[in-house]
Amino acid sequence: MQRYILRRVAQGILAIFIISTVTFALARVSGDPLNVLLPEEASEEQIELTKKEWGLDKPLHMQYILYLGKLFRGDLGEALAWPNASAGELIVERLPNTVKLSALALIVSGVIAFPIGVLVAIKKDTPFDYGGKLFAILGQSAPTFAVGLILMWIFAVQLDLFPTSGSGGFEYMILPAVALGYYNVAALMRLTRSSMLEVLDTEYVKLARIKGVAEWKVIWKHCFRNALIVPLTYFGLIGAVLITGSVVIETVFAWPGLGALVIDAILFRDYVVVQAVVLLFATAFVLINIMVDVLYAYIDPRIRYS
Amino acid sequence: MTAVQTATDTILEVSDLKTYIFTRAAIVKAVDGISFNLRKGETLGIVGESGCGKTMTALSLLRLVPKPAGRIVEGQIVLNGEDILQKSEDEMRDVRGRQISMILQDPQTSLNPVFTIGNQLREALGIAHRENKSSMISRAVDALRKVNVAAPERRLDDYPHQMSGGMKQRVVGAIAMSCEPGIIIADEPTTALDVTIQLQYLRLLKEIQAETGLAIIFITHDFGVVARMCDRVAVMYAGRIIEQGDVRDIFSRPAHPYTQALINSVPKLEERVDRLYSIDGQPPLLSNLPEGCRFAPRCPYAADQCYEGYPPSYQLAEAHHADCWALDPDWQGTQIEEFIPPTGSAG
Amino acid sequence: MAAVTTTPEASAPATPQPENRVIAGLRVARSLPVIPLLVLIALLAVPAIFANQLAPHSQRIGVLDDAKLPPFWISESFEQRMVVQRADRNRLDVEIGLSNAQRKVERGEATIITGGEDGEVNPGDTLRFLSQKGGSMEYPLGTDKQGRDILSRIMHGARISLLVSSLAILLGGGLGTVLGMLAAYRGGKTDAVIMRVVDIKLAFPSILLALVLVAAIGAGFTTVIVVIAVLLWARYARVVRGEALAIKQQDFIDRARVSGASNARIMMRHIFPNLVNTVVVLATLEVGHVIILESTLSFLGAGIPAPTPAWGVMVADGRDLITTAWWIFLFPCLAIVLTVLSMNLLGDWLRDKLDPKLRNV
Repeated sequence: MQRYILRRVAQGILAIFIISTVTFALARVSGDPLNVLLPEEASEEQIELTKKEWGLDKPLHMQYILYLGKLFRGDLGEALAWPNASAGELIVERLPNTVKLSALALIVSGVIAFPIGVLVAIKKDTPFDYGGKLFAILGQSAPTFAVGLILMWIFAVQLDLFPTSGSGGFEYMILPAVALGYYNVAALMRLTRSSMLEVLDTEYVKLARIKGVAEWKVIWKHCFRNALIVPLTYFGLIGAVLITGSVVIETVFAWPGLGALVIDAILFRDYVVVQAVVLLFATAFVLINIMVDVLYAYIDPRIRYS
Repeated sequence: MTAVQTATDTILEVSDLKTYIFTRAAIVKAVDGISFNLRKGETLGIVGESGCGKTMTALSLLRLVPKPAGRIVEGQIVLNGEDILQKSEDEMRDVRGRQISMILQDPQTSLNPVFTIGNQLREALGIAHRENKSSMISRAVDALRKVNVAAPERRLDDYPHQMSGGMKQRVVGAIAMSCEPGIIIADEPTTALDVTIQLQYLRLLKEIQAETGLAIIFITHDFGVVARMCDRVAVMYAGRIIEQGDVRDIFSRPAHPYTQALINSVPKLEERVDRLYSIDGQPPLLSNLPEGCRFAPRCPYAADQCYEGYPPSYQLAEAHHADCWALDPDWQGTQIEEFIPPTGSAG
Repeated sequence: MAAVTTTPEASAPATPQPENRVIAGLRVARSLPVIPLLVLIALLAVPAIFANQLAPHSQRIGVLDDAKLPPFWISESFEQRMVVQRADRNRLDVEIGLSNAQRKVERGEATIITGGEDGEVNPGDTLRFLSQKGGSMEYPLGTDKQGRDILSRIMHGARISLLVSSLAILLGGGLGTVLGMLAAYRGGKTDAVIMRVVDIKLAFPSILLALVLVAAIGAGFTTVIVVIAVLLWARYARVVRGEALAIKQQDFIDRARVSGASNARIMMRHIFPNLVNTVVVLATLEVGHVIILESTLSFLGAGIPAPTPAWGVMVADGRDLITTAWWIFLFPCLAIVLTVLSMNLLGDWLRDKLDPKLRNV
């Protein structure tokens, strides 16, 4: 098990290295940072000076090595569009908000999706099942921003139960978290249902029933754990979905997290911040995937030994 | 007609059992009115082609017909003097595993991949005898030893994927027999194993039977295995038992044309095979059964009479019956040829 | 082993009776997802093709006087407020300040119900005035803040959604199919390189990649198509490669090679035709996904630029007015959801008919 984890971590580090290179390249093509740093009427001298100050006069591969060197020291660079702030400081300030929101969204989706998925599988071909199917396919057909706005319109504007947007107490988090989790609820539920149906049809479930195991125990002991294997692999994708979703949802609900930050940074062409946030998201994505694989190996012993 | 022997040692008596599967398109009559009984310590073979309702019969005996499509619509299953069709689902749990149990077709998939062997054995034991953990472990070890698993103490912590197919099959047997049921249904328990392991496993089942007085219902499509394993045979075709009787009677004097064809189609190693017997045509769809004898469309002796009504059961010897119009004293059609058993026939 | 087993255990005891083609055709027709198809035709196809003829108003130019008109079923409503010297901020639903009230009466927007015998507005009088203009069939789904007809804009938006998704899928799907076939056919290093790139691509959160690309190239119609194509190709490449590998194993490929066909010919004439079902099913399944991506990018301001009525742009326009003029954001939202929903249902159906093994993709 330990060797397995080590191997996965090594692969993850390699992936992060590749991603950091890609983000560096992408950020460099996303417009000339000089446009942000200097007013339009800047003189040649000023331009030269600024180039030197930001290391932009060096050839691209030198810039890349410098960037990697700084990265190793945990220095993400000075923000271009935010005065007197480093990208690191901005991230530290915004990160907790995004983590809070994503965690709540994850809980919302898991808590709703797994039991409903199991329920509709047990009640296959009944109205429960059809309702669940409709709910799921609707979830995968609605873009996150539409879900967010429709929720906001119904629950904040019409019913006045929650604040429309902004940050503050827990009540500010509920609508964005539900909107963010909804897509996952639909996908997870579908997956749980189909893998549960598959497991319910296996010989070992038959054998458990032949042994005389009580029906609830058949479902929760013999089926649920096996049925979770497939949806759990999807949990890795959820990381990506949450990151993507948080960019949109934070914009919709004016939630001051990393998603909103990166949108601003792209609008201001602040490649330092873009680079930093994208790298962070990608790292989070890789970490989540490693965690999922380890969890997966724990649940399914066949993987551990292969 | 069907004379049901009610001896004192009869532990299972099935009469007129009908299990249908209701799909959107049709009603599949998987089991359509079968009757048989089983005595203590006896082995009954249920033989037939794939899809004739053998497995559904087995699941009906455990009341594990796939819900909600499948349903037992008629009949009685009297197990140890009680009709289990009258029992509640809760009461059925005490019946399963303890009075009647089953070994499934495929050992590769009969064990839950995410739990250890010990866990799954203890679960079976725990339902029957509510005891403390250490005594359950020793019982689990005993159960594995009974099925000839070497070093059973160490095997308890293994996962299914760490075992060979034959070993898994024995563990499945150990689980089925752990609560000392009076009846075991073995549903093609050897099809997934290779030939030498098949033989070992069958021998093991016979040994355990001799020790414990277990009754076995052996479900197979292989008449060769039946000859080796069973005391009595019931031949199933399209949801009905068309012939049943003592294994010697069936092999030496099969009465039904279908039974004859089946026995003829068992290849014999010692005989040079000129051609493999097989039966022309396909068995009927269980959702669209012909009126009259179900075998008639494939039967070389079929006459008009055979298409009109299902034949009654004719008694040929003590406890040997067959459903075929050609056995009627008033039969007008071609007489069934004298059956010549293939040379070197087991039986 | 007995030779009697004529059919495998799992299958039905007999083969189904052969059906004649007409009955088979009717059966397919009856199982067609009728409602999704109708929705798609009404919501996407017809408006996309005939937007210029069908749309009652201009998609770009509005009538400012007609701004923020509600949909036709909402009739005009009035409210009454008491005139006070200075209105209390928290009592604005029942009170109106004196100067504000005087202005409204002068403009003829309000009438005095009680008091006002002297023709002047005084504190203590009750005013009745229009709080919400009524909708009419002139603008069936209402207008936005610039007085543009929402229905007309949704129709033109359909054209954009259809154009973007078909072009992006053609581009991305084409690229992915070619690369997937190449990877499978060539194997070795080509395969390794292509699949590594696919893995890296799939490990990258797609919206972020899209945003960075848009920032790099600059927003616009072409950019959106290119960016979405970049997001799409990897999945195609992976699925097509898997399929093509299986096809490559079959005898007829060897036969073609023996008879001297060139590599390109084998790929185009022998492998590709066997992939068509997969490619078509993937394409239909992707349309919904692409419409979501495009509208999300447009909503974030990184897609189709503003005056063009892409559905995402329209939603973004209505976002600030969610409390007062809900129809501006809601109708384009519904257009997206309904279109994507229908497309997904249609894709599911097509997949089950043509290529059921794609169910897990």
